[in-house]
Amino acid sequence: MDDHLNVVELRGITKQFPGVLANDQVDFTLRSGEIHALLGENGAGKSTLVNILTGLYRPDKGTIRVNGEVVDLRSPRDAIDNGIGMVHQHFMLVPTQTVTENILLGLDEPRFNMNLSHYDQIISDLGVQYGLQVDPRARIWQLSVGEQQRVEILKMLYRGANVLIMDEPTAVLAPQEIQELFITLRSMIAEGKSIIFISHKLDEVMAIADRITVLRKGKLSAEGLLVKDITKQDLAREMVGRDVLFQLNKVEQTPGDTVLAVEGLKAINNKGIQALRGLSLHVAAGEIVGVAGVAGNGQTELAEAITGLRPITEGRVIVHGQTLIEGNLSGQRRSSHVRQVIDAGVSHIPEDRTHVGTAPNLSITDNLIMKGYRQPPIARGWSIDSLSANTQAETLREAYDIMAPTVNTPARLLSGGNLQRLILAREISCEPKLMIAMQPTRGLDVGAIESVQRLLLQQRENGAAILLISEELEELSSLSDRIYVIYEGEIMGEVKEADPETLGLMMTGTRQEDLVEARKVSQ
Amino acid sequence: MTTKPSLLAQYRNGARFRLRMEPRMEQPGWLGLIVSLGAVTFALVLGGFVLMLVGGDPIRAYAFMAKAAFGDIGVFSDTLVKATPLILVSLAAVVAFRMRLWNIGAEGQFYLGAFGASLVVLTPLLPPETSPWLMIPAMMVMGMLAGALWGFIPGYLKAKYNVNEIISTLMMNYIAVAWNNYFIFDVWSEGGFQMSRQFPKTAWLPRLTDYAAQVPVFRGLTIHLGFVIALIAAGVVWWIMYRSRWGYEIRLIGDNPRAARYAGINIVRNTILVMMLSGALAGLGGMLEISGVVHRLQGAISSGYGFTGIIIAWLAKLNPILVVPISILFGGLLLAGREIQPSGIPMLIQGIILVCLIGSDFLFRNRIRLVRVGQEA
Amino acid sequence: MDPIIILQAGVASGTVLLFATIGEIFTERSGILNLGLEGMMLIGAMSAYKTALATGNPWLGMFVAMLVAGLLSQVHALITIQFQADQVVSGLALTFLGTGLSLVFGEGLSKAGAVALLPSFSIPGLVSIPFIGPIMFEDQSVMVYLGYLLVPLAWYYINRTRPGLHLRAIGEYPAAADALGINVNRLRYFYVLVGGMLAGVAGATISLAVSPGWFSHLTTSGQGWIAIGLVIFAQWDPIRAAGGSYAFGALRRMILDIQGPLKIFGLRNPFYYNPYWGFFLQMLPYAFTIVVLVIGSREAIRKRMGAPAALGLPYIRGERGM
Repeated sequence: MDDHLNVVELRGITKQFPGVLANDQVDFTLRSGEIHALLGENGAGKSTLVNILTGLYRPDKGTIRVNGEVVDLRSPRDAIDNGIGMVHQHFMLVPTQTVTENILLGLDEPRFNMNLSHYDQIISDLGVQYGLQVDPRARIWQLSVGEQQRVEILKMLYRGANVLIMDEPTAVLAPQEIQELFITLRSMIAEGKSIIFISHKLDEVMAIADRITVLRKGKLSAEGLLVKDITKQDLAREMVGRDVLFQLNKVEQTPGDTVLAVEGLKAINNKGIQALRGLSLHVAAGEIVGVAGVAGNGQTELAEAITGLRPITEGRVIVHGQTLIEGNLSGQRRSSHVRQVIDAGVSHIPEDRTHVGTAPNLSITDNLIMKGYRQPPIARGWSIDSLSANTQAETLREAYDIMAPTVNTPARLLSGGNLQRLILAREISCEPKLMIAMQPTRGLDVGAIESVQRLLLQQRENGAAILLISEELEELSSLSDRIYVIYEGEIMGEVKEADPETLGLMMTGTRQEDLVEARKVSQ
Repeated sequence: MTTKPSLLAQYRNGARFRLRMEPRMEQPGWLGLIVSLGAVTFALVLGGFVLMLVGGDPIRAYAFMAKAAFGDIGVFSDTLVKATPLILVSLAAVVAFRMRLWNIGAEGQFYLGAFGASLVVLTPLLPPETSPWLMIPAMMVMGMLAGALWGFIPGYLKAKYNVNEIISTLMMNYIAVAWNNYFIFDVWSEGGFQMSRQFPKTAWLPRLTDYAAQVPVFRGLTIHLGFVIALIAAGVVWWIMYRSRWGYEIRLIGDNPRAARYAGINIVRNTILVMMLSGALAGLGGMLEISGVVHRLQGAISSGYGFTGIIIAWLAKLNPILVVPISILFGGLLLAGREIQPSGIPMLIQGIILVCLIGSDFLFRNRIRLVRVGQEA
Repeated sequence: MDPIIILQAGVASGTVLLFATIGEIFTERSGILNLGLEGMMLIGAMSAYKTALATGNPWLGMFVAMLVAGLLSQVHALITIQFQADQVVSGLALTFLGTGLSLVFGEGLSKAGAVALLPSFSIPGLVSIPFIGPIMFEDQSVMVYLGYLLVPLAWYYINRTRPGLHLRAIGEYPAAADALGINVNRLRYFYVLVGGMLAGVAGATISLAVSPGWFSHLTTSGQGWIAIGLVIFAQWDPIRAAGGSYAFGALRRMILDIQGPLKIFGLRNPFYYNPYWGFFLQMLPYAFTIVVLVIGSREAIRKRMGAPAALGLPYIRGERGM
């Protein structure tokens, strides 16, 4: 082993958290001038490993070597001093401060007085050098996602990072921006940097990386595989441990009557910007309709608008022919809208299961009755019949395999997968006519993902109408009967077959009508 | 199988240890009680230490306080009298805090409750000859309405404008005292003294000592019907919080407002209603105090009950039933503390108790382990 | 009811609020809510007075006040940062603690004799500026002048220096600061200390300058709470804090003065003829605080600005489940 070629070397890294062994004797080497992908599912231990390398965690066991020397990384500062910089998946940028202020944060220079214009120039030049142009005086909240990512990268380059760790960098980018990112990464390699690229997306990894290391359930599954020597199937097997079934049994069926009709929806997001610009779609009984799109194009606002959690300024939400919500310019949020939607038999699997979908300190029972506590048998006049509530909770716990000591356990002690099962139990057991499912399998392990998807298909067979909003194109294509594409708050088009090129073009702003033209141009 | 060397042996071999805090996975119920009791004990020790600093004898002081509060049936009755308003203001805090509404205004709502009750007697809304069966409930209703109004104002401001309720309720305290003072010093003043005239007997809550003629052992026992009313209030609040649909909504909002919104609960309406309920409970406390103890409206009807109520609510972990025994303990503390010099001691001890309680809460949620520092290659 | 006198006294008594408010601005900007201001001001007032009484040196009193209040603030810091307890309840507990300690150790102080006060003087030259001169620079306590200096210094520190940048970052997005090597918790301890010490200064300003004496808990009579409200009104900006503090100071003086004259603006003065209406005047500062809060909150909603984003939340490194 040529030590001097290894920029970073991890041996035997072990890290334990309460209840879970996140890293179990993991080895990892990064050679100088390579792009090395770290692959694994959610919860495989990639983030933990990398957080150890950047000084946020300390390993229980194991050694870290940088350029051949053993180092003890006690804090992010140590990591940066050793030339290791991380570009996080969730950007660590202070929204109210400018680009320059964010880049200067945490440094010893300037000592006291800040002469911002001096540094504005330096950063501007740095951006030009690496092809990462941004306006240094802009405030972060004013920048696009791609631009914010550039700021994160510049932050590390400014500190003289030689090793760049990119954590799921493409999660929030459109296909075009992803290509630009890849070009940027290659030019940084040309300038002498080495890159660790974390992902769970096989295609991207195959496209950009030189070598791949795979983690599974905290353990090393495969180390330093050369990309040219393996196939996607091999990688998938390493990731999951068995041949992944990319197929679910979807029964062909004819959709029934229209259950949900959304017409000309307009709504504003939390930053005061127009998020939905006149969006229309419909879902019929017995079909799963997918909504594809890059994160941040209005999906969140769409789900919230339909379920009454976000006021709409124009448009209508119609369920079973009844207009439940009508847009009005004052944009007043009414809790009665949410009630009406719930009472109309609409279930909502929210995007954020911990902060919206469950109450952490309340018991499992209390969480399960969240939608049904107003109706008998749970309700009894003004009071709640705790006996029937607990009985129902026990039944659901069994049926949906929610793993917890008792039904009185507070929800915050449940793992992500179990929490999602709880939410599904609650939202499905009431036999809804319409389900709005937003990112239902995000952050779950493969087993949980499969069971969630099967449940959705089952509801479809039972005649429910399901609107599935997801960022995973594979999930959408295997579950949906039809797919809409959303871009900047509008529907760009609707397809029955998930053709990646068509979808990719629509996801980046081409309307379906203009697709033929676009294809001609790109040829 | 090799046995692991003892910790001491490891230490001698150069291993170093440190303490690490990690979240506890299960929280046995008894642990909470032990931790709270431990915190209170620790606080009392600290308080005793401070007492020593100012030249007092803590052991004697505490012993004296225990006797002065629970020594015999007479003082115990006085303790229960002191506990009555405490129960009510603590319930007020419990109800609001469950929804994460920091109602620090129980003190002012208490005063307004006294005002509302006095309104019935002193305006007079009901003539003095009115049967107590009508007079007392009327006073209770007016007291609760006045307290509810005093809770409504900050509640509305919070619901509508997101005005920080800690400060608004606090400000209302000062306003309430001034409001009452105006009536005490001017409108209802009796002979230029700083108090109203005494209430007619029909406006007095019956006390045990009133029946001394029939039952001689009751002589001198000033415990009044208010105590029973307070117990009933505790039961009602318990039922609301844990058995009713409204209580479920309150607890859900308090735990996760976004989830409550997602469940279709109206947070604005509940904010206002809960503040009104909280205010009404505190107002009832004020009414019981003037009708059961002082029998007139005067300036100093509360020695900081509102704030003590917050501590009791926290100590009771926001459980309405636990509020009762803890209020009795604090009632004893306040009663006996009146005789202690310096006069700030009861408040100081309450402060230390609360600080220790809050600090100890983390012991409940986390556990400390001795971990070995170092990495094996 | 002389406007010059009212404004003069306003600046003086407003200085008390100024120190407390700016101190709390530092603390809250770092992400910690400290509701124990009232207790810290009180204990500052008491210890300053007691020290000055014992040693005859008011500056020593001021120093002790800063020390004691700062120490008390560190209890709050320990509980909220290390033990991650709820910041609201902890602040309230600190108020009890501070108030209780002040009452206990301040027993008998009100009957003590005269005490050496902090010096007051005029600034020659500046005092001749028309209108502003007599108000701001004539025969004011040294604390008032220090207050004038504090405002621009605080503003510059927060907005134009590197440590100020870090302060703003740990209050807005502590995770970002942490990832760049800033020790979030250590800085928060520091800024809680700053806030506590300034609260102590505020208290000492009462007992040794503006309203000399010790009147147990009436010494501060809720000014600590008003200061917290002013922080919101000031939108966490020292300059607005100054405006609000001085305005409040003037209001308090005006309330006192309005009961004096037989006639106001040529009309019968109702407050003279009905002395008990003074109670309604007493309500004014507190009612005004509520009004100020409403204004501040509405503005925050409108400008979509408002409090430092991480205010009131403990920072735990690597919190899972984001």
